[in-house]
Amino acid sequence: MRHTLSVLVENEPGVLSRVAGLFSGRGFNIESLNVAPTMEKGVSLMTIVTGGDELIIEQIQKQLRKLITVVKVVDMNEVKHVDREMVLIKVNATEHTRAEVLRIVDIFRCKVVDVSPSELTLEATGDQGKIKALSNLLHRFGIKELARTGTVALRRSMQMKD
Amino acid sequence: MKLNGAQILLESLLQEGVEKVFGYPGGAVLDIYHALRDYPLQHFLFRHEQGVVHAADGFARASGKVGVALVTSGPGATNAVTGIATAFMDSIPLVVLTGQVPTQLIGNDAFQEVDIVGISRSCTKHNYLVKDVKELAKTIKEAFYLARSGRPGPVLVDLPKDVIQSKAEFYYPKQVSMRSYNPNYTANKRQIQKSVGMIKKSRRPLIFAGGGVIASNAHEELCALARKLQVPVTSSMMGLGAFPGNDPLHLGMLGMHGTYVANMAVNYTDLLIAVGVRFDDRVTGKLETFAPDAKIIHVDIDPTSIRKNVSVDVPIVSDCRQALAALNEGFEQTGSEEDFPGRFASWRDKLRAWNEAHPLTYDSKGKSIKPQMVIETLYEITQGEAIISTEVGQNQMWAAQHFKYNKPRTWLTSGGLGTMGYGFPAALGAQVAFPDSLVIDIAGDGSIQMNIQELTTAVSHQLPVKIIILNNSCLGMVRQWQELFYEKNYSCTCLERIPDFVKLAEAFGAEGYRITEQQEIEPVLRQALASKKTAVVEVVVDQGENVYPMVPSGAGLNEMLLV
Repeated sequence: MRHTLSVLVENEPGVLSRVAGLFSGRGFNIESLNVAPTMEKGVSLMTIVTGGDELIIEQIQKQLRKLITVVKVVDMNEVKHVDREMVLIKVNATEHTRAEVLRIVDIFRCKVVDVSPSELTLEATGDQGKIKALSNLLHRFGIKELARTGTVALRRSMQMKD
Repeated sequence: MKLNGAQILLESLLQEGVEKVFGYPGGAVLDIYHALRDYPLQHFLFRHEQGVVHAADGFARASGKVGVALVTSGPGATNAVTGIATAFMDSIPLVVLTGQVPTQLIGNDAFQEVDIVGISRSCTKHNYLVKDVKELAKTIKEAFYLARSGRPGPVLVDLPKDVIQSKAEFYYPKQVSMRSYNPNYTANKRQIQKSVGMIKKSRRPLIFAGGGVIASNAHEELCALARKLQVPVTSSMMGLGAFPGNDPLHLGMLGMHGTYVANMAVNYTDLLIAVGVRFDDRVTGKLETFAPDAKIIHVDIDPTSIRKNVSVDVPIVSDCRQALAALNEGFEQTGSEEDFPGRFASWRDKLRAWNEAHPLTYDSKGKSIKPQMVIETLYEITQGEAIISTEVGQNQMWAAQHFKYNKPRTWLTSGGLGTMGYGFPAALGAQVAFPDSLVIDIAGDGSIQMNIQELTTAVSHQLPVKIIILNNSCLGMVRQWQELFYEKNYSCTCLERIPDFVKLAEAFGAEGYRITEQQEIEPVLRQALASKKTAVVEVVVDQGENVYPMVPSGAGLNEMLLV
């Protein structure tokens, strides 16, 4: 099962390779990884999307906590959270298809961030399902390039029960 | 007054109570070696950096203190890696100081440059590259703290030459505070109560003691618990010495080359009390059939050890000593109206019967020397009053099986990594820690050749270690597997050309002895052990002798091959 882990780390040289090395060295899988500084000086937040059964996810979290530079690990699957990913998609948009592509842009509330006579570059934000649906729809026009940020996630302020 | 980095480093070592350092000089650490003459630190010069780190490791295992190794950059650092990985797998506290090229050259493929922080990342507990001399003292403080606290392990500190040369005020922090590192030492009370309840309900309990008992100095607490309740004890190889080998409650080692009774006990126990172990594959055999009838209580200080290989009923993340003390207390509080010794008597009888039916044994009828005879004679002569180190392979297993380790920290062996060449330098490190103790390396003709250069070290530092080479003219354990599982195709395991170990010892300035007949074993061993010098005893043993019992790889513990 897919899990989203929020990992607070000391922002020092080599911390990324410690985390990445742990995953590769122990045969864990990284689906996506996002790292950026937080509000607190010297601390970065990594959001790691990974997969595995319950025991593997438990082991991943324990191994991460064991790293000296890791401050905190939260499994977002255990809490109510919001997660988003941003994607830039460069898609073919000729005279004939441009209107159709723009309609999709509208429906998915994307932004056009770059234009050329034959291509559009779109910016879209959403959860994994939305990004997948968008790229599926645009597929037939021909996606030239695609860049994704990987998932970022935050715990919801109100932890409502189902 | 300002000190340079080298002086700050050495001052910091003194602050940590370090008296003895193992090392090998080189260009990047010249300043440290230059400053050494002004400090009351005893330096032991080895002949290879692998030997340096194994010696620091042997020192640490025997003494319980942090071992300190000092090596140069590049090849000095890479040579140290096997030693570091060995210590890491066995949770041995080391601080390894490596030289590094000056900071402005890092990344430029400078002479003798290697990214040792990158290389050692996965085989150290933590590592540092010190980029500013002002950070040096704090880093050394943290390194020692990390090495010895929690689950111990090696910590590497990489020291660029310019950092070592530049100056700063020396201030050694009194305390370490790391918000991201807070090992938990105390056992959860509820889990302890639960464990006490389960032990009370059990009929066939078994204590399984590992290296964590030794690391946490929990020997006495373990003995108290086992003896009070009269619960039998088995040890992992790393746990030998945690419980006296000559105690009738001790079943010997379990696992691939464990005793029949220990493996059967695991197979039939209804409650396995695992303390300071990590359920390595050499211990469990086939996981699906491991301890099939047992509930499992698992004490370990490292949360990652728990539920990694084996699912447990009561996980206790704690220092072993504290957990065992809490268990002892738990039994005291609940009153002693219950007769535990009597209650487990039939279980102990069953175990005794198993052991009598299949004791550790070997065929001693022929004329040839069996390696087991040598180990047994060593035990008889020393009565266990010795520190034993081993190389890796058959020599290690026979030493684990046929010598009784009655005290902790008298058994030094590379358990996790299985490093050939470990035993001799580790023995030297132990001898440095205990100059008056008898220290013996039990070796094979294969593994002794991996670090035999340290004979020079032994002789020049007057370390009277005894090396017993069980010479079967082959890489015995690998040969054993070839015999049993690879169609007796002895590919590259028969060592046709073996050096004359007696002459070799003499060439290094040590004493050399050779034993070829059974009746020579005792007198020659006595003579060698009594010597004040470094001595090599070559014993020509039966090549075909195998280590039994043996659980084939992937089989269950009850599927042992016996003699």
